[in-house]
Amino acid sequence: MTRISASTPYRVRLILNGRERVGQAESRMLLSDFIRHELGATGTHLGCEHGVCGACTVRVDGVASRACLMLAVQAEGRRIDTVEGLCDGNALGDLQAAFKRHHALQCGFCTAGILNSCAEFLDKTPEPSELDVRDMLSGHLCRCTGYTGIVAAVLEVAAQRRGAQPETPHV
Amino acid sequence: MKPAAFDYARPESRSEVLKLLADTGSDARVLAGGQSLMAVLNMRLAEPTLVIDIGGVTDLAYIEIRDDRLCIGANTRQAELVAWPGLTERVPLLAQIMPWVGHFQTRNRGTVCGSVAHADPSAELPLSLAVLGGEIVLERRHWRRGRRVVPAAEFFQGLLTTAREPDELLTEVRFPLAHAEHHYRFTEVAMRHGDFALVALAAAIGPDEIFLGAGGVADRPLVRRIPRDGDLGTELNTFAWSLGAEDDGHASAAYRRQLVRELGHKLLTEDKP
Repeated sequence: MTRISASTPYRVRLILNGRERVGQAESRMLLSDFIRHELGATGTHLGCEHGVCGACTVRVDGVASRACLMLAVQAEGRRIDTVEGLCDGNALGDLQAAFKRHHALQCGFCTAGILNSCAEFLDKTPEPSELDVRDMLSGHLCRCTGYTGIVAAVLEVAAQRRGAQPETPHV
Repeated sequence: MKPAAFDYARPESRSEVLKLLADTGSDARVLAGGQSLMAVLNMRLAEPTLVIDIGGVTDLAYIEIRDDRLCIGANTRQAELVAWPGLTERVPLLAQIMPWVGHFQTRNRGTVCGSVAHADPSAELPLSLAVLGGEIVLERRHWRRGRRVVPAAEFFQGLLTTAREPDELLTEVRFPLAHAEHHYRFTEVAMRHGDFALVALAAAIGPDEIFLGAGGVADRPLVRRIPRDGDLGTELNTFAWSLGAEDDGHASAAYRRQLVRELGHKLLTEDKP
């Protein structure tokens, strides 16, 4: 049984975007704070810190999860993927490029979380309908875009990846 | 929005969890998927001295049919229930409600039992358990009488309040399988899809009687038995008033009663099976 007292930092080892990383975390430290402050990967943003806004969404062993609703010590030995891992070398990944093309972000604060949800969603749902995309996006709050550009970008990437023409979304 | 300090334990067996609960009691909180508890800790609505993470207790992760019940262990995630192949056929009400439980990002980690243990009055899983007449299994460390099975009607006692004693672990929930001659329906009104329900209604409709349950109005899910030969309007109105709706920042009591009457009528009379 692992037992960590409140005041003793614990050594957490995880795989961040394919690289093994190690840091120190007290038991109460959130995964979101661990990624940002201990590992320095500040692409993950924090909005509400109680699971509502979706900004901090990362992928834990491949599935989209709120980093603010998980303890850093729970991530021990797990694979954590953040927005930093979505790029293609030094270029934008296909999702990121489509977001840019469709003006699917303005201030960009919520974007990292949305991209992580989209990444898992498109892995599991290669042929989504517009309704599927909107249902997936209901777990994220974006106050700039009205979501229209985001929906268009996700549908376009889904179509690109299977070599088809994108469906035109409703405005 | 950061949790207060606590000790953290990650036991690997059920008996270790029960020993920790027996030693720590009401100062401990059990962490499974964390989609309710972590928000509570972040907002410091609870400041336990010990958080017991049951994620390592692998024999608590299962979905299995025993007798005429769908039994779900404390470590089974909501996303696993959604993906369970027999769900639409065996417990159709669950197949209907699951898209309304949070969002896919929270269903990925949140557990079925965790939602039941948290007992939010507007949550869909407790409502379904109450309407179907399901059961909750509680275990404690005891040489003989360590395990009890509580009907949903007795388990939910009020706002975030249940029959679970501080030294007990909720190990399993049991949903009755669908009856061939029954059908099951669900509807909900919320500010946005995935938000807390203003009113959620679930119904088990049999040949002679209907069990209609409401969430989001009273301090717990409440169920009324409605005979098929009774006057539906009167029954729904009595049910709406019996829930003791109150005004809050989201909706007035009168609006909630009206939703119970109107949605209830639609739910119980529309033609689709």
